[in-house]
Amino acid sequence: MLTITEKILRAHSNSKKVVAGDFILADVDKCLANDITAPIAIEVFRKVIIGTGKGVFNKEKIILTPDHFSPAKDVASAEQCKVLREFAKEFEIKYYFKIGKVGIEHCLIPEQGLVKPGELFIGADSHTCTYGALGAFSTGVGSTDLGVAMALGKSWFRVPESIKFIYSGKLNKWVSGKDLILHTIGDIGVNGATYKAMEFTGEIIENLSMANRFTMCNMAIEAGAKNGIINPDKITHSYLKNRFSKDYKTYNSDKNAEYDDLIEYECDKIEPQVAVPHLPENSKPISEIAEENIRLDQIVIGSCTNGRLEDLAIAAKIINKRKISKDIRCIIIPGTQNIYLEALKKGYIKIFLTSGAIVSTPTCGPCLGGCMGILGPEENALSTTNRNFLGRMGHITSKIYLSSPAIAAASAIKGNITSPEYID
Amino acid sequence: MIKGTVLKYNQENINTDLIIPARYLNNSDPYHLAKHCMEDLDLKFHIKREKLGSNILVGGINFGNGSSREQAPIAIKYSGIDIVIASSFARIFYRNSINIGLSLIEFEEINRLNTGDDLNIDLKNGLLINNTKKESHKISKIPQFLQDIVDTGGLVNYARKLILEK
Ligand code: SF4
Repeated sequence: MLTITEKILRAHSNSKKVVAGDFILADVDKCLANDITAPIAIEVFRKVIIGTGKGVFNKEKIILTPDHFSPAKDVASAEQCKVLREFAKEFEIKYYFKIGKVGIEHCLIPEQGLVKPGELFIGADSHTCTYGALGAFSTGVGSTDLGVAMALGKSWFRVPESIKFIYSGKLNKWVSGKDLILHTIGDIGVNGATYKAMEFTGEIIENLSMANRFTMCNMAIEAGAKNGIINPDKITHSYLKNRFSKDYKTYNSDKNAEYDDLIEYECDKIEPQVAVPHLPENSKPISEIAEENIRLDQIVIGSCTNGRLEDLAIAAKIINKRKISKDIRCIIIPGTQNIYLEALKKGYIKIFLTSGAIVSTPTCGPCLGGCMGILGPEENALSTTNRNFLGRMGHITSKIYLSSPAIAAASAIKGNITSPEYID
Repeated sequence: MIKGTVLKYNQENINTDLIIPARYLNNSDPYHLAKHCMEDLDLKFHIKREKLGSNILVGGINFGNGSSREQAPIAIKYSGIDIVIASSFARIFYRNSINIGLSLIEFEEINRLNTGDDLNIDLKNGLLINNTKKESHKISKIPQFLQDIVDTGGLVNYARKLILEK
């Protein structure tokens, strides 16, 4: 009796007995790197192949996304991006995404149909765990791991034990996947799932949209987990319909699979959440935070956590004909070119621009303090990103609060942290 | 079989910043990194290590937590340490150590080990013999192929071997 995580790893190893705790050398289906991690991985890759006459293991299974400091924000970033471009050319990498095609990697890859259920996906980026939402095993690795995988098509793993999270009851108004995961990390802590798989289940998850599922799996790493995962179902299949014909194999956890722990949440009790500085585990209910009238200087709506069309739709619905508060810089970043285009067609971009927000080309930008909205001394930001570590968005005395797009949009109008419930 | 002398830090969460401070990461020469190994934890690390001839480093729970920098196990390895024994290791540190060819043992009873103890470690049979205390302990073996990676000098060499054997 196995978990979905055990089944996928077993299927990719050469042993039919693999269970949690075992170490395996497994075949990887895809490997991914970005403008920060690829240059080192490429150096490792060259060390591996030198003198062997070999190249990459499969030029259709390597994905390169210059998304972090791009369009290049300075000369150093331009040099990094150049390494990717030249490598992609030399080895004819099929999925190298240039500016104009690229988006934030974890929004882009599922959208482009580059990850399927049942796959083993590694990326030199910690939020690679996002694709567990599609029932794949995907996890972040180091640059050496990735460099070797590009040559060998293999990587080693310790098969993780799983923790089963069960979400039951009913979702309160304005509560999204972001609130569920912030609440969960608040409950178990930033080390609460170290080494483990977080398997999200229950009637709430069964009815949750793909965008919300991506958001939840995206933040599994913020609890120290190796991967987040959701058993594929109707919602998964309909998301994949136009991306794949039926050529994928799905795995589901057995009913009596073994779990390290079962943790159940009664969702009727969960309000929209805000994680206060400086850890994602510092989540608090909005009713409590709204009373504090926390002054804001900047709002960011975007990132691999919440930069999808559904996120922009909620923000647009709340902002509607209202104006962004006069003291707030509101920066909205669609995750990919397609999301941007769809948001344009649906009129969201017009709503944002008329309200006094700005809309950026897809990039990680402020999420990691790269560009497009760096915080100055003692500034406060509310952001839909995933990490509120000290100094992550700019100056060491600045502060980051994390929330869903709904809370972020309402707060942009009000000028301090609030809920859509309180803005009229 | 690894033989040698223990240098112990009885401390939890010896993080990657203590092992190799970020200010030294602009130079990736392993010997440069080794020179600054453990600097923010103990300025006398190298003096002690040389005096005792230590090649076995012992630490507490969650050894190597923090950033994913591979320079941390590299600094330890090039300081002449053959093996690190700790109550537990942080996930990415563990991975990176194997990948660069540094041996690790997860051993909960580190209270049975002290600086200066003379050990024989038999990784193949999962045995740790403390000659000073006249004790022997069972240790969990790392799986053969992870041991193979370590023995070949790390993941890069291991991968080259696999390619060349094909
Ligand atoms: S949006 Fe932020 S968390 Fe996501 S990949 Fe980019 S930098 Fe990393």
